[in-house]
Amino acid sequence: MFKIVHAEFIAPGIKRFEVEAPRIARKHKAGQFVILRLHDRGERIPITIENSNPERGTINIVVQSVGKTTHLLNALNAGDNILDVVGPLGKPSEIALFGNVVVIGGGVGVAMAYPTAAALKLAGNHVAAIIGARNKELVILEREMRQVSDELTITTDDGSYAEKGLVTDKLRRLIDNGTRIDLVLAVGPIPMMRAVAELTRKDHIRTIVSLNPIMIDGTGMCGGCRVLVDGKSQFACVDGPEFDGHLVDFAVLTQRNSTYRQEEERSMEEFRRHLEPRAADSPDDVGCAHGGRG
Amino acid sequence: MTTTVNPSPNPLKLRERIKLPRQHMPEQPADERSRNFTEVNLGYSAELARQEALRCLECEKPTCMDKCPVGVKVREFVRLIVAGDFLVAAAKIREDNVLPAITGRVCPQEDHCEGACKLCKKGESLGIGYLERFVADYEQRMGTIRLPAAPPTGKRVAVVGSGPSGLTVAGDLVQKGHMVRVFEALHELGGVLVYGIPEFRLPKEIVREQIDQLRAMGVEFETDVVVGKTVTIDELMEEEHYDAVFIGTGAGLPLFMNIPGEHLNGVYSANEFLTRINLMKAYQFPAYDQPMVDLRGKDVAVIGGGNTALDAIRSALRLGARKAYVMYRRSEAEMPARAEEVRHARQEGIEFRMLTSPIEFLSDGKGWLGGLRCLSMQLGEPDASGRRRPVPIPGSEFELPLSVAVIAIGTSANPVIQSTTTGLATDTRGYIQADTLTQRTSRKGVFAGGDIVTGTATVILAMAAGRRSAKSIHEYLTTDQW
Repeated sequence: MFKIVHAEFIAPGIKRFEVEAPRIARKHKAGQFVILRLHDRGERIPITIENSNPERGTINIVVQSVGKTTHLLNALNAGDNILDVVGPLGKPSEIALFGNVVVIGGGVGVAMAYPTAAALKLAGNHVAAIIGARNKELVILEREMRQVSDELTITTDDGSYAEKGLVTDKLRRLIDNGTRIDLVLAVGPIPMMRAVAELTRKDHIRTIVSLNPIMIDGTGMCGGCRVLVDGKSQFACVDGPEFDGHLVDFAVLTQRNSTYRQEEERSMEEFRRHLEPRAADSPDDVGCAHGGRG
Repeated sequence: MTTTVNPSPNPLKLRERIKLPRQHMPEQPADERSRNFTEVNLGYSAELARQEALRCLECEKPTCMDKCPVGVKVREFVRLIVAGDFLVAAAKIREDNVLPAITGRVCPQEDHCEGACKLCKKGESLGIGYLERFVADYEQRMGTIRLPAAPPTGKRVAVVGSGPSGLTVAGDLVQKGHMVRVFEALHELGGVLVYGIPEFRLPKEIVREQIDQLRAMGVEFETDVVVGKTVTIDELMEEEHYDAVFIGTGAGLPLFMNIPGEHLNGVYSANEFLTRINLMKAYQFPAYDQPMVDLRGKDVAVIGGGNTALDAIRSALRLGARKAYVMYRRSEAEMPARAEEVRHARQEGIEFRMLTSPIEFLSDGKGWLGGLRCLSMQLGEPDASGRRRPVPIPGSEFELPLSVAVIAIGTSANPVIQSTTTGLATDTRGYIQADTLTQRTSRKGVFAGGDIVTGTATVILAMAAGRRSAKSIHEYLTTDQW
């Protein structure tokens, strides 16, 4: 059992939890994630670690309500417990002095990009951060990202806050202006990561993406999280989750993540039917495999 | 517990024993069991067990025991069954095997004890596995005669992985008075016994009971710990003050075939397919949250010829598959699966497509598997494994319509511990190097055994490695000699 010591909604349907997990807090590095399970009939889902505090023995996770499990999770509050939390999983982000780095976070992906941006900044890089959201309300971690970047651009799809447009619009401007870019990190919905990778491909700008395939054990046993990278099977849980964006087959990732679309919808429907009249936040499906990292 | 040979309680003359037929294991009828996950074998009654035990020739040189990887004293425990001392028989097995209810069910006895039984020369071997299962289950119902535990030594041992090798190490060492803590990456204990082997072959209740027994003996367990990620071996030894560590992390990343179409939806590794079913109970979706593909009315094939392959395809059948094929590139004689599983699978209606090798997964045009392109094979000259090498027959290509394919062709080494532990030598394939007798690794105080050393093998071979490790760890802890 892992105790929640703090919980707050940071945007509609997006909640940040501080969870007691001393072993994980001690070992977490930027770019890693946890897998959690809520109850004894629950599924295992991967969730982003946004931050860790080894002294307090806690980790912060950021969760967007997408499917049944994330809705259940986001109904929990301080003092409640999460049955299983395992991690930190995946390889940490590569942190080095690259020079000029652009860190792009889309939607709840900002939570995964944030610790890497912080580590890259600490390593002496010039960090230009771009965070994108559908609208003003869904912009998360603005203050945190501002603290760890040299410049921060915010884009909203509907223009309700900051720049109207997509994160790639800003990235394209940077490239067109001849800004030297040594590394791009993109974390967010698959179409966003794919678009970023397409944009940087012709200029051979090294581009890292953090993938969120279907995953069960997360330890290199089941092979469910296999992704096609440079024509070869790689396992996101032990070889990733970060890969060279120019080598990732995003079409295969999108197609495999749709495997359980029907089941996920059914699960959510049944969950809604059993839900108390108390209305749950229910943003549209954002195309995430199973309510996990997105 | 002594090992002295008591006078035989068996009233029959040897020639009378030889004439007795092997007692059949009562089992669920094939047409019923192929639609449920309840155990296939129902177990001997006490009467059947005694009847079967009477067949034992009580050989002066018990080859059955010699061929048992953990050295179970077969002759002694069978004698105790004849005498009706079932609990003492269970304790006798437990001297060498801490998981008898499990090995009695899943051990390939024909390759070990039963294969060496002298009765084979005259007919069928003694049903040693069935007898082992009987006494283990009897003990479970009636209560354990606990083996006397040694006084505490003050030594601490960390066991990484709660599969068959780890549980064996834990059971053996706790009886020697050492403090043992088992770390498990998953949320449930048992390793392959819970995520890999299906309920119909090894009920999870049995695994839980065996683990509860270890807990009662003093073994501590901690789930949700991925050693190498959550805590490293170095940290366990230096900061958590474990005097020795045993690594038994088991099978690693599933192997894929690297043929076109392998990324289509509906193509699974056996590990994922079985984990969804066994560990996550996805077939009870939506009562359980983890989903799986609906197999009702679909045609399913498993590729491979081992126990894992049969577990996967028999599960698919139980989940409503219309056609369920086993595809194996060699012939049935080369199949590594237990003979009993092959027989059961055939009775249940699994179709065996031997000498068949897939070359391409075909799409249905919507991102899902629609069929399989295959080649027929014939057996050529023996290869490095001593088995005849399958060679493609030119022009034999054919296509099979298929909705789901499960790949069960083995695993490769999981890299997590090797990449985070200082001074731990691995072989060219990434498996941990360990001495075959002492199971010592290149790192002082660290031992390893099971699939993470040998690659894919069996429960009993992992347990045997666990036994050797426990003996060797005990020696190390008591002598401090490396």
